[in-house]
Amino acid sequence: MLEVKHLTKNYGKLIAVTGVSFRADRGETIGLLGPNGAGKTTTVSIIAGLLSPDSGEVLIEGKQVKSDTDPVKLKIGLVPQDMALYDKLSARDNLTFFAALYSLAGAKAKQAIDDVLNLVGLSDRAGDKVETFSGGMKRRLNLAAALLHDPQILLLDEPTVGVDPQSRNAIFDNLEALKKRGKSLIYTTHYMEEAERLCDRIVIIDHGKMIANDTLQGLHKLLPVTNVIAIDLDNADGFKPGQMLTLPEVKSAELHGGTLRVGVHDLSHGAPGVLRWLTDNGHSYHHVSSEQPDLETVFLTLTGRSLRDS
Amino acid sequence: MIQFLALVRKDLKLFFNDRKAVIVGLLVPIVLASFFGYMFGGQSGKAETSKVPVLIIDQDGSDISRGLITQLGSDKNLDVKPSTLDAAREAVRKGKATVAIVIPKDFGKDAGRALFTGANTGENKPQLSVLYDPSHNVELGMVRGILSGAVMETVSKEMFTGNSGREMVNESLAQVENNPRISAEDRKALRHLLGGVNELNAQREREGESGQGAISGGLTMPYDTREQAITSGKDIEYNGYAHAFAGMGIQFILFMGLDVGVALLMLRQSGLWQRLRAAPLSRTMLLGSRTVSASLIAGFILLVLFSFARVVFGVHILGSFAGFVGVCAAFSLMTAAFGLMVAALGETVEATRGYSIMATLIMVMLGGAWVPTFVFPAWLRKLTVVVPTRWAMDGLDSMIWRGLGFSSALAPIGVLLLFTLLFGVVAVMRFRWRTE
Repeated sequence: MLEVKHLTKNYGKLIAVTGVSFRADRGETIGLLGPNGAGKTTTVSIIAGLLSPDSGEVLIEGKQVKSDTDPVKLKIGLVPQDMALYDKLSARDNLTFFAALYSLAGAKAKQAIDDVLNLVGLSDRAGDKVETFSGGMKRRLNLAAALLHDPQILLLDEPTVGVDPQSRNAIFDNLEALKKRGKSLIYTTHYMEEAERLCDRIVIIDHGKMIANDTLQGLHKLLPVTNVIAIDLDNADGFKPGQMLTLPEVKSAELHGGTLRVGVHDLSHGAPGVLRWLTDNGHSYHHVSSEQPDLETVFLTLTGRSLRDS
Repeated sequence: MIQFLALVRKDLKLFFNDRKAVIVGLLVPIVLASFFGYMFGGQSGKAETSKVPVLIIDQDGSDISRGLITQLGSDKNLDVKPSTLDAAREAVRKGKATVAIVIPKDFGKDAGRALFTGANTGENKPQLSVLYDPSHNVELGMVRGILSGAVMETVSKEMFTGNSGREMVNESLAQVENNPRISAEDRKALRHLLGGVNELNAQREREGESGQGAISGGLTMPYDTREQAITSGKDIEYNGYAHAFAGMGIQFILFMGLDVGVALLMLRQSGLWQRLRAAPLSRTMLLGSRTVSASLIAGFILLVLFSFARVVFGVHILGSFAGFVGVCAAFSLMTAAFGLMVAALGETVEATRGYSIMATLIMVMLGGAWVPTFVFPAWLRKLTVVVPTRWAMDGLDSMIWRGLGFSSALAPIGVLLLFTLLFGVVAVMRFRWRTE
């Protein structure tokens, strides 16, 4: 469906993107994860035909976008990071205009507009000027405008920036519905929880370089530990977590307050051994739970620094 | 075509949706054009101009100085009041009077003498001091002209018919006889001239006594003027509002073009530009639609302005209507292309707004939209041929109040279209399409 091959883009001496490659199949959501300025928007702009790469190529169903009016562009819907709406026009007037840009007019356009308004839950506000909308409603309309021509590939450049949790969930629901319809979504974000919730594969970009491209599970495997057992000890006084490293399945052990966190690769093999060791050594506990490292940890492991601090 | 129409319709919708902006955008040029139209002649073509305030300090008190004051006071362009030297100096300094004329002691006597012999005797002519407000140079020129005529008329009248005139002629005759610097030939001629004046005065005195009535003597302007404004036809008076509405229309349409450019510059930095560029639209369509919508808006502004001028001030298109429409259309296109060029050359919105406002005002000023180009120095007048607004003004004036035919609109239309092409080419060549 969408193939991105070895994209490179420089602005003078500044490397915006280098060697970025990934593909998105039907019904697949690819997350482009990275801090601000990592090159996510540049990558999306190249895919949308707004920028030409210095090298590499973008293939949409095997074809490159060759000109401004190339019909291949009809397969792409872009949701820009900045709100791309006319505040002084109503929601319907905005959508009528954007539909016309894809040569949709008359009954066809009306149907498409009704469908997307319905999808994003703004049918009852269709006649209102956009300037009267909340930030979340504008974001939803911003998404709707990209769906009018029923594109196969949807490029979403941080579509939830500045949105309240309720609207964010509404947008996620919309995107999940689109995914079920077989759309391919390219979703840029610097929110790990969004990528974890929505994306089938995650491409991590930092300083323009692609440093990982895998499923969430695959990315977890890159970590020294993939699971953490959190144990609340009855009495942590004098407990030395380093003692536990003698166990073959234990990769890490830390004590914070009364909670012991033990890192293991495999929960089913590691957990019984850890709990047995505690009992055998006279350390009673009252609560046990398991935790998975998040993408923040993955990013930290891969780049050596926190995603939010980058 | 759907795309092109949608782009144009959207621009028009955005323009007309902001009703307050539309109303203010039309009201301001109408108010200014009405004001300038009134100032430059109104509907009758005769502006009610204010009189120039002139103060006279009469230190002479002779028949001639009194006659001069009367003569100046009778001029419809002057508001003459007596004053003292100090008060006059203060009034001019404060701008309350434009000119003060000081008639020095013995002016009447010296002026009469100088009239006949001043040039030959080498004696200094009497001086009239003129104190003036340097910010009113134009009025100074006018007062100087009126003063020259009045002095000549008053002094010569007194010389030929007045009581002091006879004394003065006799004195002058004596001077001529005794002045060694006058050559024999000149002396003979002057003796003859002054003797003739004496004879003329004696004859006028006799005529006056015999009841035949003395002729009011003195030198006067040897001509009268009959002024006739050449407009589009006989009995059609010049309408000052015609030029004013054309000028203000041009100015505000240029500002509209500038707004189009700045808006495009801002659009290019927004998500909307990304969305437009992501759609299958050609660059020609994106810029072309903007040109058409801006031209339509410009046409609308001109339509409203001239409709108002027609209904309220009776401004009619006295020349070719097709020519008028052609000039308006060409100017509208030129303005739209100017806006695109602004967007293409602009870096930041603030800087672009600054330098394009400056460029617009210079174009308006040099085009003669504020003041007629005839007040410019000759070199500047020649320079204005490279200013598109000058051609627009010429074209509109020709079609509106000069009442000329379509052929007179061809040159302005052609030049404006050339400017459109020039600005358009620069815009297309320099436009930064990419979003980086």
